[in-house]
Amino acid sequence: MVASSSSVPDGAAMSGGSPAERPAILPGRGGFFGAFSDRVWRSQGFLLLLLLAPPVLWLGIIYLGSLFALLLQSFFSIDEFTGLIQYHFTLSTYGELFRPTNLDIIVRTVLMASSVTLASAILAFPVAYFAARYARGKWKALFYIGVMLPLWSSYLVKVYAWKLILAKEGILTWLFAKLHLTWLLDGWLSLPIIGGYSLSVSYTGTFLVFLYVWLPFMILPIQAALERVPGSYLEASSDLGAQPWQTFRHILFPLALPGIAAGSIFTFSLTLGDYIIPQIVGSSRLFIGQAVYTQQGTAGNIPLAAAFAVVPIIIMGFYLWMAKRMGAFNAL
Amino acid sequence: MPSAVLFSKISRHFGAVRAIDDLDLEIAPGEFFAMLGPSGSGKTTCLRLIAGFEQPTSGHLEIFGETMEGVPPYRRNVNTVFQDYALFPHMNIAENVAYGLMIRGVGKAERLRAAGEALEMVQLPGYGARRPGQLSGGQRQRVALARALVNKPKVLLLDEPLGALDLKLREQMQEELKVLQRTLDITFVFVTHDQGEALSMADRVAVFSDGKIMQVGTPQDIYQKPRSRFVADFVGSSNVLPPDFVETLTGLSLWASLRPEAITITDQGGYEAQAISQSYLGGSTRLGLSLNGLRLNAVVPAGKPVPESGETVRIDWDRNALHLMEAS
Repeated sequence: MVASSSSVPDGAAMSGGSPAERPAILPGRGGFFGAFSDRVWRSQGFLLLLLLAPPVLWLGIIYLGSLFALLLQSFFSIDEFTGLIQYHFTLSTYGELFRPTNLDIIVRTVLMASSVTLASAILAFPVAYFAARYARGKWKALFYIGVMLPLWSSYLVKVYAWKLILAKEGILTWLFAKLHLTWLLDGWLSLPIIGGYSLSVSYTGTFLVFLYVWLPFMILPIQAALERVPGSYLEASSDLGAQPWQTFRHILFPLALPGIAAGSIFTFSLTLGDYIIPQIVGSSRLFIGQAVYTQQGTAGNIPLAAAFAVVPIIIMGFYLWMAKRMGAFNAL
Repeated sequence: MPSAVLFSKISRHFGAVRAIDDLDLEIAPGEFFAMLGPSGSGKTTCLRLIAGFEQPTSGHLEIFGETMEGVPPYRRNVNTVFQDYALFPHMNIAENVAYGLMIRGVGKAERLRAAGEALEMVQLPGYGARRPGQLSGGQRQRVALARALVNKPKVLLLDEPLGALDLKLREQMQEELKVLQRTLDITFVFVTHDQGEALSMADRVAVFSDGKIMQVGTPQDIYQKPRSRFVADFVGSSNVLPPDFVETLTGLSLWASLRPEAITITDQGGYEAQAISQSYLGGSTRLGLSLNGLRLNAVVPAGKPVPESGETVRIDWDRNALHLMEAS
């Protein structure tokens, strides 16, 4: 009824006859790849070197090298009369950044980047929450496609599409008219600073397009952060007496904060550096990216362009330092 | 005094799956109650219904006489120790334990003092400043317990709280939980798939299978007088004897259970059986036997000779040890 022998498979199934005849070391594969595999297996450092050398070379020389060259350029200045670059160290180019017109550009860009970041965080959170907590299987796939699909098409096409949507004769104006809400749109457009002749030439328009274009970069990190919050944390909080908003305030938000911080790095820095969107949609006032573009192009003032380009780097450094101090990365 | 927990005709269906089906159950105040069953038997759903994480599809649930229909978890004076402990990773231990008090608006000094006391009660004094990630599994389990108990709940729910601990720690925690429950006089409802744990800790045990309760009773009742084959089989490695064999012994065509420790090896009388396997358990040896093709388990105490496989032995048992079961 019960097998009396143990369940070791019999010798016939194995190669090499009796246990005594079988070698303790299996024969090598031979050839270059065999030797290579053995070499890599013996030394983890060698493998690491192989894996890291290309990206480190790329990062070190091409990426950081050009960044350093840029930094260097910003310490030179331009001769007002000849338009030639003077290759000796000066801080006067940075001084130029503090001229009212240039300072306006910086303040304008930082305000735009901050409002785009804040708005995308507010819009992204519920979407990310739904995807992380409730979407399963088909719905999850639909979520990823829905978030990523806009990224598949050309950025320029999307921006021009938005120009049409926001134009005076565009679909939004038509929609507001159909809903008998033209007064609302006109009221908004008559507001100082954020208003304008039409949405497509106002800061509101620029803001909407930025928001649309960078939103996926906010949704995905928040979703990833929320994905790592087990449902039991939320149940435990509720079990300990917390109403839903208290659970959000004390559990969900702090745990999502690293994701929000990561997403805001994208939305903030991408807005700081972009020069296409404000050129196509918005008032003709410059943003940092446009300033860099005109300074190094039409104006030929490479040092000032370089100094402008350093501004987002400093702002991002400061931003990350603040985020760290405020504990955005504590839950990592 | 009303029951601590009262289920009347409660069902909880998930689509076509009947996690709990038409269940009646009464848990007395101050009782240490275990819900025992294999995974998917509905015991955890039962616990989640009491906590308020699930709402019954139909039926009526009361906690200390108050009806719980539509009452959210945060308004129930019931606390849970989660299977994965669910300690908040961004808070230190003291903040974790004080969370329920913080939510209720207790002042900072007062709630940290209460958290310190609760940590002392679970023998983790001075651990308040650490983070959950710095603690071992057993310590986290104690913190989860302190975090629940600091709120002085009417009912404490424990969802397989000892499942992730190693054997030694588990036995120690079993003792401590029992002592805590007696001193605090709180109703404990405890979910486990470990029959040893249920028997050793609980005042009463409910055995679950397929969304139904197969038997409720004291550990002694459940172990010695299982009502059905499922209970006999699930609670301990009982020998289940088929009706035709039982008929030759008793004249009644019923299923019966026979505890392994009731079978003794004798020199004369009894029945002839073949030894087929031995498992050394330290304090005893579990002996597998074949009695005319019927598999039986017996226990040979340490010091007694253990028959070799293939050896023929004579076995016997006390007639009173044979427990006839009403249900199959």
